Amino acid sequence: MDRRDLFKTMGAAAGTALVGGGLKAEEPSVSGVEPVGILVDTTKCIGCRSCEYACADAHKDAGVEVTDEVDFSAERVTDEKHWTVVNRYDTEKGTIYAKKQCMHCRQPACASACLTRAMHKTAEGPVVWTENRCMGCRFCMVSCPFDMPKFEYHSAVPRIQKCVMCAERLAEGKQPACVENCPAGALTFGPRSALLEQARQRIYAAPDAYVHQVYGEDEVGGTGWLYLASVPFAQLGFRTDLGTTPFPTYTREFLYAVPVVLTVVPPLLLALSRASRARAEAQTDAHDEEGNA
Amino acid sequence: MTAVSQSGRALVAAELRRFGTFVLQELKPKGRVLTPFNVISGAIMLVAGVLLTIRFAKGLGAITNLSQDYPWGFWIGFDVITGVAFAGGAYVLTFMVYILGQEKYHPIVRVTVLNGFLAYVFYAGALLLDLGRPWNVINPIIGNSFGVSSVLFLVAWHFMLYMMAEFVEFSPAVAEWLGWRRVRRFLGGLTLGAVIFGITLSLLHQSGLGALYLMARDKVHPLWYSEFIPILFLVSSIFAGLSMVIFEGTITHKVFRHRVGAALHGSHDDIVVGLARIAAGTMFVYLFLQLLVFVHGQRWSYLGTGLGAWYLLEMVGLVALPAALFIQGYRSRDLRVIRTAAVLTLLGIVLNRLNVSVIGFKWYAPVRYIPSWMEIEVTLAVIAAELWVFRWVVNRMPVLGTAVGLVREEPSREARAGVLAA
Repeated sequence: MDRRDLFKTMGAAAGTALVGGGLKAEEPSVSGVEPVGILVDTTKCIGCRSCEYACADAHKDAGVEVTDEVDFSAERVTDEKHWTVVNRYDTEKGTIYAKKQCMHCRQPACASACLTRAMHKTAEGPVVWTENRCMGCRFCMVSCPFDMPKFEYHSAVPRIQKCVMCAERLAEGKQPACVENCPAGALTFGPRSALLEQARQRIYAAPDAYVHQVYGEDEVGGTGWLYLASVPFAQLGFRTDLGTTPFPTYTREFLYAVPVVLTVVPPLLLALSRASRARAEAQTDAHDEEGNA
Repeated sequence: MTAVSQSGRALVAAELRRFGTFVLQELKPKGRVLTPFNVISGAIMLVAGVLLTIRFAKGLGAITNLSQDYPWGFWIGFDVITGVAFAGGAYVLTFMVYILGQEKYHPIVRVTVLNGFLAYVFYAGALLLDLGRPWNVINPIIGNSFGVSSVLFLVAWHFMLYMMAEFVEFSPAVAEWLGWRRVRRFLGGLTLGAVIFGITLSLLHQSGLGALYLMARDKVHPLWYSEFIPILFLVSSIFAGLSMVIFEGTITHKVFRHRVGAALHGSHDDIVVGLARIAAGTMFVYLFLQLLVFVHGQRWSYLGTGLGAWYLLEMVGLVALPAALFIQGYRSRDLRVIRTAAVLTLLGIVLNRLNVSVIGFKWYAPVRYIPSWMEIEVTLAVIAAELWVFRWVVNRMPVLGTAVGLVREEPSREARAGVLAA
């Protein structure tokens, strides 16, 4: 019987280890493919919102819309029908416009949070969502440091909505719709590393026009969208308290503990159980003998 | 066709008919149907039925106050995260009885396991109501899309496996109810394996519920966020579960007095006093951990704020105070004090889980989430449904005061002697 218990425990341990063994806490970096990104130069943005119109036009089928009359007085946020918004900020250097959308992190919190891999980072760079996998748990929304995934609360078949960096247009060899339609040249599309060099070049060329930081270079481990600005980024509504650690790292330690617990605890429990049983049986036998005598 | 097989078939048919009549008979309600409890809880469930129809026809936004800022509200924060902590009694008690061999607590194991099982079925089941696309819930299970880097993947699998383990732990009671002796013996032999499996799973998913918030580090108020959330959730689930066992036992003993077995009748007070001491012990461990986290996280500056007072209420009023009451109740063997402590502890757990998941979540947001009456109504209906099933089971199966069997005690010497004597 003891041996049977042992087998059962081992079976249980093996079973849990199989289903629990999630060590891979980040997206793979596919060798040979240079992930793309978009550089936003907020010193060039004129706040015309052409990008919003282009986005709505390119993603009509996904339900993206554009608001014609916009009151810039309150900060706008993206929602399930607006994947990107342009905001106006009153800063120490006057009025500055900044476009906001999903940042397409290099190691996205949303993708590592997704238990069905519906949200995932493609090798090319965009973070995209697959409709037929998603179960609508909204853990991606809880985890995203930029609060970008949005949910269709008023639909019986809700979708997660956010900027997908026009992944479908990229596949056709085109540029993202917003980049293509920016009349001010504020948006530049290209391989992320090239964009970073270009951003630094612009800072070197005009050191007084920019703060010497590229937002997105290191934030949360690096993002696909990169920003240049003439004022500290906090003045443009960016979170500057997110740190440079990729967000999946925060759960990795916990996930590392899983296989350890699953393999070490069951035998330990079995040993404890057998020890206490042996003691109890010894006591009962002693009692029985007393009773029989 | 031989006569033997014909008579065999007739036997099977007769047996099936007998079984069918028995089950049909058991399905009928026992006792008065139109009691105040039934009427009120029935009405709550009917209203919830209407609300849920609207919810599935028009989307979550139709009956909940969830928003883009608050993707998880009362259904997750209370039903799932608090409910699972309350269900922790099952793994704690099976550990004490089957692993540590503390036979004193054996009489309440079955009812605790039943409670735990039903809590998972209903409160973790309430998760399905909250899922936007529940028809895809099998995706992480059937393997077409394993999101193994997700804490929620672990939690989902563990919920499912733990429900199975708890059902196996409880299944001897079902077999006894149906009078299936051989099946009963087989199922009893699975108990220890299921217990070990269940405890291991519980360690991971009780802490896993806390780990869900590790990536929300910039959203949860610093008084409640820490890297130690998983450990804090695990430790607090121990005394949350024990307090629930005490609280639920008090009510069960009043309502189901006629179903309480002799073994439990005699030892119930002893059991409660013993549980109080263990609960107090784990609460002091928890308080110490919280203190370390408090100092480590340099939280002093937040104490002066409104949420700081709220935090102190939770830690002092609803953890330290009930821990002291548990000790006092244990010393003076005063069940009233112990029950008061249990209720305070449960309130503290509700507060703690909601502080992490709802109240302290995006405490900086301009528009805060407050659950709609419909979300609370549906939650009440889930609780009512669970109570109905619990009552149905307790009134039929040997749950109160009988032990979940292990092979080693079944068939007992007395039983064998009895058979020989007959």
